[in-house]
Amino acid sequence: MILSKILKNGFLILAACLVLTACATKKEVAAPDVSGQMQGDTYTGTDTVNYLADGVPDRVFFATNESILTTASRETLRAQAAWLRKNSNINVVLEGHADERGTREYNLALGERRANSAKDYLMTYGISSDRISVLSYGKERPVDAGSTPLAWSKNRRSVTVKAN
Amino acid sequence: MKKNFLILFLIILIPINAFALIEVDITRGNLNPLPLAVSPLSIDNKSKKSFEKILKKENIGSEISTIVENNLKTSGLFNPLSKEAFLQAPDIANLKPRFEDWNLIKAQALITGKVTYVDEKLRVEFRLWDVLVAKEMMALAFTTVPSNWRRVGHIISDKVYERLTGEKGYFDTRIIYVAEEGPKTQRKKRLAIMDQDGANNKFLTLGNELVLTPRFNPTSQMVTYLSYFKNLPRVYLLDIETGTQEVVGDFPGMTFAPRFSPDGKKIIMSFAKDGKSDIYTMDLENRLVEKITNHPSIDTSPSYSPNGKFIAFNSDRSGYQQIYIMKSDGTDVKRISFGNGIYGTPVWSPRGDLIAFTKLHKGKFYIGVMRTNGKGERLLTENYYQEAPSWSPNGRVLIFYRETKTNAKGEGFSAKLWSIDLTGYNERLVETETDASDPSWSSLLSN
Repeated sequence: MILSKILKNGFLILAACLVLTACATKKEVAAPDVSGQMQGDTYTGTDTVNYLADGVPDRVFFATNESILTTASRETLRAQAAWLRKNSNINVVLEGHADERGTREYNLALGERRANSAKDYLMTYGISSDRISVLSYGKERPVDAGSTPLAWSKNRRSVTVKAN
Repeated sequence: MKKNFLILFLIILIPINAFALIEVDITRGNLNPLPLAVSPLSIDNKSKKSFEKILKKENIGSEISTIVENNLKTSGLFNPLSKEAFLQAPDIANLKPRFEDWNLIKAQALITGKVTYVDEKLRVEFRLWDVLVAKEMMALAFTTVPSNWRRVGHIISDKVYERLTGEKGYFDTRIIYVAEEGPKTQRKKRLAIMDQDGANNKFLTLGNELVLTPRFNPTSQMVTYLSYFKNLPRVYLLDIETGTQEVVGDFPGMTFAPRFSPDGKKIIMSFAKDGKSDIYTMDLENRLVEKITNHPSIDTSPSYSPNGKFIAFNSDRSGYQQIYIMKSDGTDVKRISFGNGIYGTPVWSPRGDLIAFTKLHKGKFYIGVMRTNGKGERLLTENYYQEAPSWSPNGRVLIFYRETKTNAKGEGFSAKLWSIDLTGYNERLVETETDASDPSWSSLLSN
């Protein structure tokens, strides 16, 4: 009896919701970049970047929801691989991160996927998987506290950190 | 196991012929909450002095009735009237209310009662009256250790709620959550637990390591959560009474998104490896691990149906986060979310008929519910950021957390707990000592 009442009311509210959500598109559209520090919605600037060695940036950036490496990211990782080959005693942790615009648990998985994407690339350039571990922080450790597309782009990253 | 809850026992005082008296409809947003009077529980001078000494409360009778008043008010279904308008003294009202006096101030229901100190115990009796038909609807008495006084208030609230709405209450419950402090880029997070009304807040971890997503087991004695202890994100099990912690399973990588099975015997969670996350269960008795999903996508946020036969979960196998259900052995996977936007954090209602979720659409986050076949989607609330709904044990209210947008300098961040009725009405900030996220609602502690 009560159930049927719930359902009845549910339908009324549902009707209102349908009106609200009508004519929406599926994919979130990236805001146009005004900073000159993004390509699409991937960060291309150097604000937050540290260096493992001269000419070896420590991090790569990702587009929203993506774990695909951009051309610039692959270049960075090749530099990291070359540096790791030269410094064979150094092991690294790849720390994967997501921006704040996603649910916590999914973002933990996404951070792990991003770090693995970087790990796979380092491995194709001859770095043994024994030397690389992966750690996801999800959205827990942003570098930029802002709530803007630019801040989010800096936070979608995989950072290579010396483990020893 | 439930030892401290058993101290509390119930005696039914007087059997009452059940008339069709007042009834509150909780299936719609209640725009006209029922006006009722919570008369302070009367107390004799000797008892008053005893409790003053033991509990450091000047008048425990008024304190308990204030708890009842606050609970009923927070539910949004009742409108407790101002005590200043009460014409009848508490002790007389409890014996025989003068209904015309209560009618005069427009109270439709009246709660009266009495507190006494007997054999070092707290004894509370209370009565619920229908003012309009001048009848007693319920009369109960409780005896318990004095330190349980707040719980007595919650149990009275639950009894009143149940008598007037026909459904179980949710006041004698606790919330486990993550207490947050510090800058957004270096948040310190601790597990914390409090009564549903914010009282008795206690921190369970020190904040040395990041902790996330605590969830109760069915008896609300154990909690499963994610800890970054030694920088290894793993699912842990915590016994709230003893403080004992242990890691769940021996996985070569990150385990996360844990929840208990409805019988409390298993933990279901995600395990991430090589860029893919799958769902696993571990039996807490024999430690056997079972792989439930096997897909190159991210499968996470699993939640059992109350009968344990199905699992709702979040997967991006279609390209974006969507909600799926499957049988508990992992077969018969079906996508159920087909609306616009992306969907996460499915949580099965304790009644079994609905799944609560978080939805992101056009840059806004929504908490909503849908039926278990994905039909009947209803969005309850929209905000800049909110997620992680958790059901009250009666399935009428959802608690979740909300984060604010920061300003251009990255300042002004906060995370708070909020609750909302299944109807979409009665949205409320749940006060916490610190910032808070990842709430999980316990079962009813007394039953």
